[in-house]
Amino acid sequence: MENTSQTHLINVTVNGHPERRPVQPRQHLIDFLRDDLGLKGSHVGCEHGVCGACTVRLDGKIVRGCLVLAVQADRKRVDTIEGLTQSGAAQALQAAFVRRNALQCGFCTPGMLAAALELVETKPSATRTEVREWISGNYCRCTGYQAIVDAICDVLASSPEVAK
Amino acid sequence: MKAPAFDYVKPHSLAEVFPLLQQYGDEARLLAGGQTLLATLNMRLSEPSVLVDLSAITELRGLTLAGAMLRIGAMVTHSEIEASALVAQHAPLLPLAAPHIAHRAIRNLGTLGGSIAYADPAAEWPTCLLALDGVVVAKSATGERRIRADDFFVDLYTTTLLPGEIIVACEFPVASANHWCDFDELARRHGDYAIVGLAGAGQRSENTLAQVRLVFLGLGATPLRALQAEGVVKSQPLTASLINQAVAALKNELSAVGDLTSDAATKMHLAGVLLKRMLMKQMQSKNA
Repeated sequence: MENTSQTHLINVTVNGHPERRPVQPRQHLIDFLRDDLGLKGSHVGCEHGVCGACTVRLDGKIVRGCLVLAVQADRKRVDTIEGLTQSGAAQALQAAFVRRNALQCGFCTPGMLAAALELVETKPSATRTEVREWISGNYCRCTGYQAIVDAICDVLASSPEVAK
Repeated sequence: MKAPAFDYVKPHSLAEVFPLLQQYGDEARLLAGGQTLLATLNMRLSEPSVLVDLSAITELRGLTLAGAMLRIGAMVTHSEIEASALVAQHAPLLPLAAPHIAHRAIRNLGTLGGSIAYADPAAEWPTCLLALDGVVVAKSATGERRIRADDFFVDLYTTTLLPGEIIVACEFPVASANHWCDFDELARRHGDYAIVGLAGAGQRSENTLAQVRLVFLGLGATPLRALQAEGVVKSQPLTASLINQAVAALKNELSAVGDLTSDAATKMHLAGVLLKRMLMKQMQSKNA
């Protein structure tokens, strides 16, 4: 088929704001967020689901922004790092990342924070091993992982929901 | 890379899917969770002209007990299986395997049916389906067909699913009181494509396993049963010597295909390690 595929009008709530936009079926959710909406906080790395830099939330759960089409987000809720960091748990993670020097270039950090946030919210009593396994889906090329794991563990340890 | 251009349709019932498959034939791809399909589109390994999004079809969802079988809809995600109390009770092998499937962000979208239909020989669900003697339920415009896992996976990414058929669910025999199962997998990074993995299931009585099925992923073109190793273990009390015989039988009956990171000899060695580890754990748990 030629490059004349039809456009679809989607209704999507991004960081709490309703958006109504035309998209090409081939357009990735992450490119829609970055290029059409100007939300550059989430990054594009490998474009085949390996690096985790494009992690965003779709209907409350983390997904790879490069393995979801914008058209699939029709009538759904998307939260990017810009929206997520308005909340307490994400802000606690941000502060812990700063305190622990858990980033150098920062390219992976939005994806790391989005992934870690779902861990803090769904498994508040996660062990260090579980933290490592959980963030195994996110690559970091310059910090290494030690400080990132330390930062996430700090937040888990200070979480009021923890029943250790 | 970005995917090539394609059209997109989102039917709301199975009845709407069949005419689309008829119309587009091989030019159509079914979009389940998309966690493999979109990666292959992005790498331009596949250039279909239309994607048929199955996410609005409620008939493909749901986890239900149907007599002696646990039925899991094709569009149920890996995360839903991982978290389901019903699955944990009636097919406990599945939550043991689920955490090994890629990473959380991928498990949140990837589906059981997508994994079974794609039939990757290193994937967890085809291996578990075979280990549990499960059934694939497929539908077409002309009716429903039930296919045993033993007859479903025939070659690399190749199943006995016919053109025009789609997987609507998988069914797993409900675990009995003495059900035994275990799962283990080796990968370079947790969640990565497996080097080799093993799903075991059967009945346990004291230190003896019966009706054992031992299925390896990552060795060959399909998930592979180790029939001779099963024969060695079956109905005999587990001992260190019996376990060594089972590992020897495994190495005698199966051969591996090497990949980019592990050659055939490494894979066979690691398959033996997994089998020994799993049976020793079982033996020691009874002696403890």
